[in-house]
Amino acid sequence: MSDHDYQPSSKLGKWFNDRLPLLTLSNHLTEYPTPKNLNYWWTFGGILTFCLVAQIVTGITLAMHYIAHSDLAFASVEHIMRDVNYGWLIRYIHANGASMFFLAVYIHIFRSLYYGSYKSPREVIWIIGMIIYLLMMMTAFMGYVLPWGQMSFWGATVITNLFSAIPFVGEGIVSWLWGGFAVDNPTLTRFYALHYLLPFLILGLVVLHIWALHVPGNNNPIGIDIKKPSKDTVPFHPYIVIKDGFALLMFMIVFAFFVFYSPNILGHADNYIEANPMVTPTHIVPEWYLLPFYAILRSVPDKLLGVVAMFAAIFVLVILPWLDTSKIRSAVFRPLYKQFYWILVADVLILGYMGAMPAEGLYLLVARVATAYYFIHFLVILPILGFKEKTLPVPLNITEPVLGGSPNLATAKYKESFDK
Amino acid sequence: MSDKKPKRREFLFTASYAVGAVGVGAVVWPLVDQMNPDASVKALASTEVDVSTVKPGNTITVLWRGKPVFIRRRTQEEITEAKSVKMEDLKHPEKDEDRAKDPEWLVMLGVCTHLGCVPLNDKGDYDGWFCPCHGSHYDTSGRIRKGPAPTNMEVPKYEFVNANTIKIG
Repeated sequence: MSDHDYQPSSKLGKWFNDRLPLLTLSNHLTEYPTPKNLNYWWTFGGILTFCLVAQIVTGITLAMHYIAHSDLAFASVEHIMRDVNYGWLIRYIHANGASMFFLAVYIHIFRSLYYGSYKSPREVIWIIGMIIYLLMMMTAFMGYVLPWGQMSFWGATVITNLFSAIPFVGEGIVSWLWGGFAVDNPTLTRFYALHYLLPFLILGLVVLHIWALHVPGNNNPIGIDIKKPSKDTVPFHPYIVIKDGFALLMFMIVFAFFVFYSPNILGHADNYIEANPMVTPTHIVPEWYLLPFYAILRSVPDKLLGVVAMFAAIFVLVILPWLDTSKIRSAVFRPLYKQFYWILVADVLILGYMGAMPAEGLYLLVARVATAYYFIHFLVILPILGFKEKTLPVPLNITEPVLGGSPNLATAKYKESFDK
Repeated sequence: MSDKKPKRREFLFTASYAVGAVGVGAVVWPLVDQMNPDASVKALASTEVDVSTVKPGNTITVLWRGKPVFIRRRTQEEITEAKSVKMEDLKHPEKDEDRAKDPEWLVMLGVCTHLGCVPLNDKGDYDGWFCPCHGSHYDTSGRIRKGPAPTNMEVPKYEFVNANTIKIG
């Protein structure tokens, strides 16, 4: 990195920095050379950091009023909504914040899929990101159990029962997870403890995610390696800070719309009924952000294989850097991949819709086709495409296509100049 | 270097690792086991239910160890239907006689063996139970007939204390 020789200007700064190089770190973060062609899809890293901080801050304040006990939890949430000063606001920010967090993380992930950000040399960033995503799903699931409504209870029952599909030890694991013979008070208290813990693990992994990012530097929309610093880069501050800040403001408008105008639209009315172990709601649905995986689970008619398929759906994402055999990163220069990418987006949206519908008839059929396609995309299409696809010429640097019109023309001209 | 010295050192390393592993295991196990069902949970082992008011064709649901238990007083048609099923048609073959000691009374955990939802009474394609979560159909003996559930609904340990009282557990 370029900033190892940084020296603070003040004597005190130098004294401190020699003992703990925090100022070197802060200088690295402000000067950090960033590709100058980053578009708004690259602003979701900052937005996600905001989401995590917002969840931690609202979560800690909610924890001051919430009571993790099966007899009191439901009432304590209503107490937060009715009695606690601004309790309604804090809880609605926290509940909708989870949805906003997932909205942003899905855009962030699909950005990476489109521009090939997961490819060498950024595989470790991608894998850390996938671990964060898994922890996010666990945190969100356990958080949804805490209000102890009907959906909380039955969601917890269904998800923990997934582990009963494991041969031989499954029942023992489920009983261990529950701390009893069914989801009950011991389950609630441990979920509360873990729901409090996991966000801090996520925070730690975010630091590693950014650290790993700062080694090779950002990918960019044309997906080429760039020299840093060079005419292709701008310093992180103020250029990217301002751009990220503007995008964050736009995002917060959407966030605020949900919090203030439709705070319950992403939830389920059933969760305003207190948990009742005697009655299952007629239609159990997970939160929207888990629906595609839920559709995959239900589309397999065998219990164990359904669970295996669901976890495999996440695992194929983890090993994606080795499934995609193409050396070209950005879909901009991959005409076929670009089409398959949009088919995948449609496929995941279809899976999400099917996950919300009852598992029968035509819905089930469509869900099965979409599940099959999901795996075909990652396990068949991507490995083959890297060898078969005729990619477009890639420019040598970022400045070139900007100055020379279309990237293809620019490359052609660049080559011509060499030929002469 | 002589042969003796590294051997002694290796022995010390191996012994230290082994003692260390036992120590770590001894500390980790209580932290893991604390999550298993505790003494107070295990103590709630049995429930007695008065079934004198249950009419033929009706089901009552009681809570046992945090789980619903269905107690159904079956009609003659339901018993005939349950007994007439061929074993080869069953995903999890169990005779009705083995599931209901007294054919009039079917006592079983009202928990779908797929992912633990409570199935609905008098629903489904086999006149028994239907699970609304993922579409499993059970017959009048609580046996899985169609859908993702792998096994029949579980029959808990129970006994008739007298003609009107069933003790579960």
